[in-house]
Amino acid sequence: MDLMKYSKPFALAAILALVAGCGGGAATQPGDEDEVTADEVHVSDDAEAAAAGDEDAARAEAMEDEAAARDAVQRPEVMTIYFDFDKSNIRSEFYDDLNAHAAYLQANPDARVVLEGHTDERGTREYNMALGERRGNSVQRYLSLQGVSGDQMEVVSYGEERPVVRNAQTREDHAKNRRVEFIY
Amino acid sequence: MIFKFLKPVHLLLLILLLVSLQAHANLTIRITQGSDQATPIAVVPFAWQGSGALPEDVGRILADNLERTGLFAPVPRENLVSLPSRGSEVIYRDWRLLNANYLVIGSIQEQDGRLRIAYELFDVISQERILGETVTARPEQLRSRAHFISDRIYEKLTDQKGIFSTRLAYVTAEQLDGRAEYRYRLHISDADGQRSRTILTSREPILSPDWSPDGSKLAYVSFERGRPAIFIQEVATGERYQLTNFRGLNSSPAWSPDGTRLAMTLSRDGSPEIYIYHLEQRRLTRVTHHYAIDTEPSWSPDGKNLIFTSSRSGGPQIYKVNLQSGQIKRVSFEGNYNARARYSPDGSEVFMIHRESGGGLFSVAALNMETGRLRTLTTSPLDESPSVAPNGSMVVYALMQDDQGILGVVSTDGRIRYELPAERGDVREPAWSPFLN
Repeated sequence: MDLMKYSKPFALAAILALVAGCGGGAATQPGDEDEVTADEVHVSDDAEAAAAGDEDAARAEAMEDEAAARDAVQRPEVMTIYFDFDKSNIRSEFYDDLNAHAAYLQANPDARVVLEGHTDERGTREYNMALGERRGNSVQRYLSLQGVSGDQMEVVSYGEERPVVRNAQTREDHAKNRRVEFIY
Repeated sequence: MIFKFLKPVHLLLLILLLVSLQAHANLTIRITQGSDQATPIAVVPFAWQGSGALPEDVGRILADNLERTGLFAPVPRENLVSLPSRGSEVIYRDWRLLNANYLVIGSIQEQDGRLRIAYELFDVISQERILGETVTARPEQLRSRAHFISDRIYEKLTDQKGIFSTRLAYVTAEQLDGRAEYRYRLHISDADGQRSRTILTSREPILSPDWSPDGSKLAYVSFERGRPAIFIQEVATGERYQLTNFRGLNSSPAWSPDGTRLAMTLSRDGSPEIYIYHLEQRRLTRVTHHYAIDTEPSWSPDGKNLIFTSSRSGGPQIYKVNLQSGQIKRVSFEGNYNARARYSPDGSEVFMIHRESGGGLFSVAALNMETGRLRTLTTSPLDESPSVAPNGSMVVYALMQDDQGILGVVSTDGRIRYELPAERGDVREPAWSPFLN
């Protein structure tokens, strides 16, 4: 959790690489459909970046192995999902990840999760607080529809106060900040 | 100390460093855009009759204050041909030759441990003494008195109340060495960034400070308990309490003009909605009912309306709600992002964060509430949190510069702009106090 909370770019990249390995689609890249066409951003860039260090590559591989061995009631590895600018709707590529969390929470009624909503650093702080909460609520609503009990989930929005990439300049970095994190 | 005076023709790069005699938390000042229409005024260094050195240069404080309004251009000290400290010593011709329209002189005398400050203001063109007064102070009050005198001179010359004795509240975020951990601090300083003091320190984010209309309290949002909650703190005593602890968002506190209510954003009933909390009755009234985001309320000066940010049309735009009828009207139409609006003290304009359609900059803009006309006041890419001075002349806001969050101030006519960076950490969430005297 700490990893995710203050995740360094390479750790995030490693996770993205893992997701890319499972899903196989460019769609798992945190994107910005408002401003970027799908062609402009490729997950491979991040996968390559992760592979640049042997350690990172090993980590990614290890996580991939784990993923292969995953069964439905284990805690899912993907702890962060991403959103478009000023949007709180769940992008279809994350349904599988959310379904895995739903399965885990239903199989473990004692498990509790905090859904932390975050935004990028653009725009106003209070609006972003509300936007972060909407993102958290979207996830909560989706999980509820899958049968997860409301008592197991709590939404806390940090708005733009806790970016993964501080002082983000690029579209890719902004995209990494627009997220909901699962904190078990 | 580096000090260069404004050259009327040059609009750029004036550096004015007020080196702090106090703690590192003070903000320094850099003027980044001067005015070429400023009225020349000569401020003579005040004569000092007493033992030892004075803790403050009163003449310098007056000149700096007047310069920062964008309305006045102090004559550089080195150009002063004579240094009168009494009316009988003033030769108007000297000051006309310097093209000074106005002249300020004064003296400070020590009397039984107290200071007696006499000052006079002259209109050089009409050759008249237009203001003269004597005030007393303990030595540690000298800076406050200099701000008071600045207010008197400013009001005499502009017919508008001065803001030199007002204060700023702001938040700093400082990363702890080598750790993914931050210290958040809520500060109060003079309007010129000096005499800063910390009134709250936390490991978790602090945001949205808002002054009570009498200037005695601040409401703000603190994450210190792991979730956002609204607190109220007495400025003088530091005494504080948690006002709200609802499930979900507790944010955007805004005092009503009469100080009896706080508008705020809560999501206790589902989506973020505007509520009004009646402080005495401890009662909550819900104002908005919409599944979209409704947040960032601000009261009209007459207390009859709230403006707020809503995403009900898709992206964030400014709306106005009449608190009597409940009628809601959209007021911003230009641009694809308009948020966190604050009324000017006369209610004629609102200042907000604006992004042009298709454009990338989040700027401070003024929206005329009658004509709907929009003026953009700043050009930095990531501006936030505009807060208007109580006389409506200046707006303080937060901006990013070289990866550091700093405060900027721009006059509401756009003529002058200056910055208030801290020596360390990011500065953000400024709130200009009401008049305090």
